[in-house]
Amino acid sequence: MSAILPPSERLWWKQPIDKVEWAWIAIAFVWGMVMFAMMIYWHIYGKQNLSNEAYKTTPEMFAAKAEKFIAENTIRTEKGLNGEDIPVAKVPAGGAGYLIARLWAWYPILELEKGQTYKIHLSSLDYNHGFSLQPVNINIQVIPGYEHVVKMTPTKEGTYAIVCNEYCGIGHHSMLGRIYVK
Amino acid sequence: MATTYRTCPVSGLQFEDQAEKLMRWNAVAGVLWLLVGGITALLVILTRWPAIKLLPADQFYLILTAHGVDMLILWIIFFEMAVLYFASSTLLRCRLAAPKVAWAAFWLMVVGSIMTNVAIFQGESSVMFTSYVPMQAAPHFYLGIILFAVGALIGCGIFFGTLVIAKREKTYSGSIPLVTFGALTAAIIATFTILAGAGILLPTLLWSVGIIKEIDAQLYRMVWWGLGHSSQQINVSAHVAIWYLIAAVVFGAKPLSEKVSRFAFLLYILFLQLASAHHLLSDPGMSAEWKVLNTSYFMYFAVMASMIHGFTVPGAVEAAQRRKGYTNGLFEWLRKAPWGNPVFSGMFISLVSFGFLGGISGVVLGTEQINMLMHNTFYVPGHFHTTVVTGTTLAFMAITYLLVPVLFRREMILPKLCQIQPYLFGISMSVLGLVMMGAGTLGVSRRHWDMAFSGAPFQYEWPGAAYLMMGLTGIFGVIAVIGGGLWILLVVGSLLFGKKLDGGKVSDKPTPLPANTQAASAVAHGHDHVPVPGTVVLALLLFVCFVLYYFVNWKYLSEVWLLS
Repeated sequence: MSAILPPSERLWWKQPIDKVEWAWIAIAFVWGMVMFAMMIYWHIYGKQNLSNEAYKTTPEMFAAKAEKFIAENTIRTEKGLNGEDIPVAKVPAGGAGYLIARLWAWYPILELEKGQTYKIHLSSLDYNHGFSLQPVNINIQVIPGYEHVVKMTPTKEGTYAIVCNEYCGIGHHSMLGRIYVK
Repeated sequence: MATTYRTCPVSGLQFEDQAEKLMRWNAVAGVLWLLVGGITALLVILTRWPAIKLLPADQFYLILTAHGVDMLILWIIFFEMAVLYFASSTLLRCRLAAPKVAWAAFWLMVVGSIMTNVAIFQGESSVMFTSYVPMQAAPHFYLGIILFAVGALIGCGIFFGTLVIAKREKTYSGSIPLVTFGALTAAIIATFTILAGAGILLPTLLWSVGIIKEIDAQLYRMVWWGLGHSSQQINVSAHVAIWYLIAAVVFGAKPLSEKVSRFAFLLYILFLQLASAHHLLSDPGMSAEWKVLNTSYFMYFAVMASMIHGFTVPGAVEAAQRRKGYTNGLFEWLRKAPWGNPVFSGMFISLVSFGFLGGISGVVLGTEQINMLMHNTFYVPGHFHTTVVTGTTLAFMAITYLLVPVLFRREMILPKLCQIQPYLFGISMSVLGLVMMGAGTLGVSRRHWDMAFSGAPFQYEWPGAAYLMMGLTGIFGVIAVIGGGLWILLVVGSLLFGKKLDGGKVSDKPTPLPANTQAASAVAHGHDHVPVPGTVVLALLLFVCFVLYYFVNWKYLSEVWLLS
């Protein structure tokens, strides 16, 4: 009964399975069930579950909503590399903020408060992008045509970077955004 | 159609003339793409190594696209075609169905693979292996992959046809061998995979020439991963089949239980394809219920299958060794294994690395919430370099040490270097996978040219440990490339300069298996039961590592910002 020959027992499916093998199969099965239960458990009791709220959108629609948010909430500007102004928008506590991903920038800079819960609307105006919040290390796919409403509650003050971690062309590495948590 | 059959005097394996030539050509084509993939690997590594940063950004992304396509698709699938023909025609001692069609399939794959590479190296198709829309490649990038896939699909058809012929012409009795069953699993998954690929790449081709206006970016990701991930499940099935094959040939090992091993392969067919959902865990377009369902029931049954193989393969080796009298203690069977035989050492390193590194990291990565810690980070390539590379590629390398004398009738040159190669490649690649995962755990992105973010409006400094991990990635990456290059050198050198071996008797009819060969010796075992305590200990060690690492990651997750 070698693995490269037909089974020497023609009725191989009637051969008994050894106790040890049964035990290992049982362990593997139960472990799978534990891992399944863990995900459900975390949905009920855990605090880190990616939001399910998402809408179909278009780059134009999303850009318009984001521009409106920026116009209403900009508290100051910072200078970019070429001297251009980058708005810093303070998201209202408990309210909604918009973050545009595009070639090759995260726009605008967001300012949040520690301990407040926000709904951050994420979408891309062109290619796929990757929202990678560092050094917290939360990573979310950003897809054009989809507006993802992500709930987040910062737990620590500081200056955070948004790295783009989905390849988006030649300037991918320079696509760095910023979030302040006061 | 007239053909001849050659019986290898060393192994007793029988090669039908057409099948033998097809195996050789497919394997050689695979090795040539591995060479291109290896050169691009070196360039990728030397660019991501922060101290060197060899290539400019545009060339880096071009080379990275080539590396992904040439390794993940071209090298592996060409080699798998050889494995399919071996598992059908050779193991069933049968002629190949429609050899002319099989040649057409081969040339289709050759044309497709060259076409896609031309597109990549022309520079207008640096879209990565995944080619997510709406980023657009040149039309012949997609067309080449489609032609290649059609060729591979035809190859699977030839495999199925050969099984039918063997059954009809009664070249074997009873059920097909376990290794053939594993190859059948691979071919069934391949069929599904290629159809999913056609489902997305055909519209994408039409879109790239302007016939279709738009492809939904989320839909693309979902259907594309039906190709992208499932094609890696072909590899798992194929390399597990090769583990069984090597255990059978080197040790005369028989499966602990045909029923259990075949059932585990069946689970792959039933559940593995759907595991592709775990690429979409951090996507906006799917609900949490969909994600949990697809990553739990569907994936965990496949995980269970891999855990079963992870037990039964070393178990079969242990049982065979104990029958030979290596019965002292828990591990004499393992200590006295032929560690100097690259066929065995390659297979065993493949087994351990795939289980402990690739397997565990894959399940953790594929957990709905934990995925957010790792999605698109360097952890992801860390994971798949310990599945597709130390798992599949190393298993293919190991079997080649067997195939060069048996199939190509050449003695391996430089046997000392052959002995070292699986260790050099297997260990450095395993460490590479580990440090890549380490960098990913610290957040470092995959597919990213510059950790220092030159030209960005802001600054972000990765922790020092991340730079250390990337430096180690560079060092072990270079060693791994040397290990892989050594294998190519040894194989190509042996094909060109190795001592010619006797091909054995040629006959115009298939002959039954002779009794006194390695391959046949396994028949002699009865179904006496041999306990395998050493394997139990190894399996429990795997399980403990698995559980600890799994929960450590939940702990990490609990420390990030609140997201619900």
